[in-house]
Amino acid sequence: MSELRFEDVTVRYGRTTAVDGVSLTVPEGEVVGLVGESGSGKSTLARAAVGLAPLAGGRITLGGAPVPTRGRPRPLQMVFQDPYSSLDPRMTAGESVTEAMPPGGSRAGRRAEVERLLELVHLDPVCAGSVPSRLSGGQRQRVALARALAARPRVIIADEITSALDVSVQGAVLNLVRELQRELGLTILFISHNLAVVRYVASHVAVLRNGRVVEQGPADRVLTEPSHDYTRALLAAVPGRPTPRSQ
Amino acid sequence: MQGRWSRVVRTPLGLTATALVVLVLALACLGPVLWGTGADAVNTDDILALPSAEHWAGTDNLGRDILLRSLVAARPSILLALVAIVISVVIGLLLGAAPFVLGRRTGRLVSAAVNIAVAFPGILLALFFAVVFGAGATGAVLAIGLSGAPAFARLTQTLVAGIAARDYVAAARIAGVGRFRVLFRHVLPNIAEPLVVNATIGAGSALLSFTGLSFLGLGVQSPSYDWGRLLYDGIGAIYVNAAAALAPGAAVLLAGLAFNLFGESVAKGLGIPAGFGLRALATTRAAAVPEPAVHGEEDHEPSDDVVLDVRDLEVTFPGPTGPVRLVRGVSFEVRRGEAVGVVGESGSGKSLTALAITRLVADHGRVDAARLDLLGHDLLAPDTAVRRRLLGTSLAMVFQDPMTSFNPTRRIGAQLAEVATHHQGKTRREAMARAVDRLAAVRIPDAEARARQYPHEFSGGMRQRAMIGMGLMGKPALIVADEPTTALDVTVQQQVLDLLAAIREADDVALVLISHDVTVVGEVCDRVLVMYAGRVVEDLPAAGLATAAQHPYTRALVEAVPDMATDLTRPLATIPGRPVGPADAPPGCAYADRCPLADARCRAEDPPLVATEGRHRVACWHPGEPVRPTEDLFETVESL
Repeated sequence: MSELRFEDVTVRYGRTTAVDGVSLTVPEGEVVGLVGESGSGKSTLARAAVGLAPLAGGRITLGGAPVPTRGRPRPLQMVFQDPYSSLDPRMTAGESVTEAMPPGGSRAGRRAEVERLLELVHLDPVCAGSVPSRLSGGQRQRVALARALAARPRVIIADEITSALDVSVQGAVLNLVRELQRELGLTILFISHNLAVVRYVASHVAVLRNGRVVEQGPADRVLTEPSHDYTRALLAAVPGRPTPRSQ
Repeated sequence: MQGRWSRVVRTPLGLTATALVVLVLALACLGPVLWGTGADAVNTDDILALPSAEHWAGTDNLGRDILLRSLVAARPSILLALVAIVISVVIGLLLGAAPFVLGRRTGRLVSAAVNIAVAFPGILLALFFAVVFGAGATGAVLAIGLSGAPAFARLTQTLVAGIAARDYVAAARIAGVGRFRVLFRHVLPNIAEPLVVNATIGAGSALLSFTGLSFLGLGVQSPSYDWGRLLYDGIGAIYVNAAAALAPGAAVLLAGLAFNLFGESVAKGLGIPAGFGLRALATTRAAAVPEPAVHGEEDHEPSDDVVLDVRDLEVTFPGPTGPVRLVRGVSFEVRRGEAVGVVGESGSGKSLTALAITRLVADHGRVDAARLDLLGHDLLAPDTAVRRRLLGTSLAMVFQDPMTSFNPTRRIGAQLAEVATHHQGKTRREAMARAVDRLAAVRIPDAEARARQYPHEFSGGMRQRAMIGMGLMGKPALIVADEPTTALDVTVQQQVLDLLAAIREADDVALVLISHDVTVVGEVCDRVLVMYAGRVVEDLPAAGLATAAQHPYTRALVEAVPDMATDLTRPLATIPGRPVGPADAPPGCAYADRCPLADARCRAEDPPLVATEGRHRVACWHPGEPVRPTEDLFETVESL
């Protein structure tokens, strides 16, 4: 069982409540898209799940048990928005991936595992010896994905992983996310402000506003027949859709 | 890494400082070996002698040669200073890294203690410790080491906090890597450079402090001696034999200077990106002769209708290996009331094109063009009051980040009013009234009260609207907006785009909209310029983006972006490879390496931007040819 469940989760920074009583379930083997605007609490929720932000209330469970935030293994892994700051500039891609692997195993075994992971994210295993500054944004984001997979997670949280990428590589990373999810049966919480991107990868969608979930449900229903006004406003604002003005 | 350090030595200052440090260290190593016996040779027949050919700086009260003693004193002086700085750095590192390892609460206590310690003047602390440890070399070393520690602790703390906030530290912690391991693998290596630099500069000050303590009699005691001690001995006789005090004084000065200069030149060398400088720029001027206009363009007569006319625009920046052309021969015109979008990926030169139009390219960049006219006025002409007024009133620029485009310490209204007082000679009252009017025009509710607020009291979208309002203070004929909505939320983005559209309609203002987002540009603009590696590869009507695009790059760009109607059963179209940097633009078409249609000609010859029909222009040897028509991607487009 690797169902990620947020139960009435509240996170406060000082007097501001960033996340306010959020209940959300990411079913095993599914991709749940979490959409919302800046300041809605999307990233805070992700950080709370991996133990980077303290909970002020509620609980977060993985397969019924609290998410471990100390020691190893860590069944919940996260991929960050900016591949330029999420890889140590002084470590090679291979070292970054190796670091996240569970300890143990031979040196050769680890090297083979790095190669396997890099191939899994469609990177040439030669990249293992490169420092991030020699990799493109898309390649870095693949390394970050490989690092997250190296920890053998049951759930991955992807926090705006395509927002910092150029459009020509965004598509490739989205394809990769779908492919990995399908092949490995991963459970993914996919955070994005871009509805079209979420629509493409997620089967369920939750809409966050001011730290509260205003609507959630199957992606095709939420994105075609939204029941909340805010979801409707978000959908109307997606560029490239005919709006009353342009007609 | 190697390159950055060797760059330090290549500047004249860096070279001098390095030579000085090597000299001082060599002296410290070799001095006692070479002159040790000479310096200790007592000659009671020749005490307190004045400088002579035999004793250049005279002798002391036991007839010992002062110059030799000054040279020999280099070792204890430098060594003690280095030991002191090592103590400072080690303690500083421990205290500075402690908050990271200890967790929030205990960490806060440590930081508070360090902050209090920093508040004490270093020399007072040193005197205090010197009294505690007693007069003597050991006491003085401990005193100076300890008194320097708080500053290093503070520095380390700040640097550690900066690195600890990075995502890769978060990623390592999420992966279950222990705090100490994170500290040693991720944090310390990334703060090493600034620490080393500061330790070098610190060594210089430790040397000075140590000399000071010895001079006061709190440091090295007879019969041992360092520079401070020699200074102390010599100062008594300064009116008789000035050289006795000046020799050790000069040594201190030289050594202190050596460490400080070295540290500072290293800091400078590591902090500045490659190869910018006068020399690099000089070669630029010779190399960046604008290419003859071979772009196969019919020369239209400039009509009254044209607001902006750009021909063969080139922007060149000096790079480490010579000038780099980041914008390579861009030509387009914008007519009255027309909205032209410029799309491209990062590094395509789209933002630099905008900056070149508004004459905001940084000083070391060069802008060349066969023509760069705004309303018939040459923007390349020398900077005059007339040109500034033209730019100030006829052209409005909107930047990506509305937070940084306003001065945070001044009220919004005053910042808008400045345009009118400066360029239009209005009184403050008139200017303020105009500012309020313009804020209302960009749909800011309760404009009068809002004008008295500061930028931080505005939301992101509101600030962006105020920025547009600032552009409307004059009577702009052209608004250049560089990624105006990228930093905004989607709902706010829509409001800003609507506002821009409304302004265009109301006053027939032309718009140049720079964006990485093809869908935004497609929605707002009449025409779209697609840029790749510093060139315009296609210029087409926005309505034709999805259906009539002819350049394979444009087509791939449109297909690669998912929208609300993308087929979920198929993978998204992708563009193989990576964008080519302008520095390594090949002789042929820059897109050839990623293009499914590329052949030998594409790799050898850069295709010119030629008109196909009407105002549609494309730079491709195979415009509009089907890209592997059997492939799924192509059908996807047709089904849209």
